[in-house]
Amino acid sequence: MSTLVFAEHDGRALKAATLNTVTAAIKLTEPVHLLVVGQGIQEVASAAAQVAGVDKVLVADNAVYAHPLAEVLAPLLTELARAYNAVFLPATTTGKNVAPCVAAMMDVQQISEITAVVSPDTFVRPIYAGNALATVQSKDALKVITVRGTAFEAAPATGGAAEIMAVEAVQPVTGASFVGQELAVSVRPELTSARVVISGGRGMQNGDNFRLLEPIADKLGAAIGASRAAVDAGFVSNDLQVGQTGKIVAPDLYIAVGISGAIQHLAGMKDSKVIVAINKDDEAPIFQVADYGLVGDLFVELPKLSAALPSP
Amino acid sequence: MKALVAVKRVVDYNVKIRVKADNTGVETANVKYSANPFDEIAVEEAVRLKEAGLVTEVVAVSIGPALSQETLRTALAIGADRAILVQTDDEIQPLAVAKILKHLAEQEKPDLVVLGKQAIDDDSNQTGQMLAALLGWPQGTFASKVEIADGKATVTREIDGGLETVGLTLPAVVTTDLRLNEPRYASLPNIMKAKKKPLAVVPVADTGVDIAPRLVTLKVEEPPKRSAGIKVADVAALVDKLKNEAKVI
Repeated sequence: MSTLVFAEHDGRALKAATLNTVTAAIKLTEPVHLLVVGQGIQEVASAAAQVAGVDKVLVADNAVYAHPLAEVLAPLLTELARAYNAVFLPATTTGKNVAPCVAAMMDVQQISEITAVVSPDTFVRPIYAGNALATVQSKDALKVITVRGTAFEAAPATGGAAEIMAVEAVQPVTGASFVGQELAVSVRPELTSARVVISGGRGMQNGDNFRLLEPIADKLGAAIGASRAAVDAGFVSNDLQVGQTGKIVAPDLYIAVGISGAIQHLAGMKDSKVIVAINKDDEAPIFQVADYGLVGDLFVELPKLSAALPSP
Repeated sequence: MKALVAVKRVVDYNVKIRVKADNTGVETANVKYSANPFDEIAVEEAVRLKEAGLVTEVVAVSIGPALSQETLRTALAIGADRAILVQTDDEIQPLAVAKILKHLAEQEKPDLVVLGKQAIDDDSNQTGQMLAALLGWPQGTFASKVEIADGKATVTREIDGGLETVGLTLPAVVTTDLRLNEPRYASLPNIMKAKKKPLAVVPVADTGVDIAPRLVTLKVEEPPKRSAGIKVADVAALVDKLKNEAKVI
């Protein structure tokens, strides 16, 4: 039996999370088949066939799949899943949207956001926003799994030579239609996939002061985030929130500015590789997790930091 | 039109999670519990739809121990009309929760089921999608905006990189993301009123759903601890460390 991996793509290229998911799937030591679904996706299928470690590429190229709605993807994946031991999806918003539908249709309990493969039926996954790691064993014959991309290396995008096989479309669930899409046109990277994140907390004092973060973000190619305290105080909108009730981030560099380090904020960023804290209170809990702490007034230190950083 | 809202009793988001010494789970004795924050947003949304005259009745449901009645009272204080607790002390996993909710949906016949996108304890993010699949209903997950008109829900969804809007024919399942709304604080009079609202308790066995766990938790561990690093004297020292020691800029 083999492992089926759902490939996420933008219509032209595979998304990075797909390659991390392939690495996780390879750990089951069964042949890996990559499923590419969409409309007019020959280019993506060719790229998929070159991913190292992929044995076969299944391509469902059909107008039905123009938009990746759960209602069209889940019936296809469910139909195909019957021939596999395991179905892996990246834990992206698309993967998270579709995987549980497939699991429910196959009557299996999905395993969400795994961070390690212990054996073909045993996996590690974070719970309580990463404050605990659970090792779970599945009793279901079919495993339906979403994979946290940051926990696995990306499989090499080239070096493979998988055969490409077309698969038929499957009747979708009715009642849902795609209306539109509005992708962020921000020059800044997305919070959850940014290599650098700079976040402001209550210490920023108001929303206008968040502008002080912008020149630094520009120089570092960083996304801007905020603590729940800053959101609750109305400084910035909720979509910037990093924390247990906001976004979970794990960038190479996380800079916390004027953030005291409440538990719920730490839950959202403590897997970052390097953490920098700038806070005037040298007793702030954020310093207990920071690799580099700078005790000082952020209104003095931020302009200095901005000036000290080289232009990109 | 009727809305069904699911709420889960979870360890409060401000509690510092401690793993039990025997690695069987996390410490739950003497810790504060609250309604799952995403579920509170779900209740608020359903109540707002009622206040806008689009929904006539909001039914809050929870699955869990007797203490989940408190969580349901919170939902009633926000403005739900009545509540149902499917009571069990057993561990219950998302597939079983979805099957119980399907059972309730078939009894209550709502036009809309609203749930939080995930619970902040097990972080599964599965129940709403599973429920939609089991019912064969369309779904609008991770919603940041919900509009109801002419038997359709138009749902704006938070997706990686932006927003997506989908049209759903009712009945449908919606799961909430953070930006959908900010739940109100229940006023004292409403908290008092909530105590008098009907709350039915149903033993889980009455639903006929097999709740035996499919996943066995072998162990629960602390994540690798981060140790405090160093304090740097000034910005120049910080930039130097980031460049030459951490090599991240």
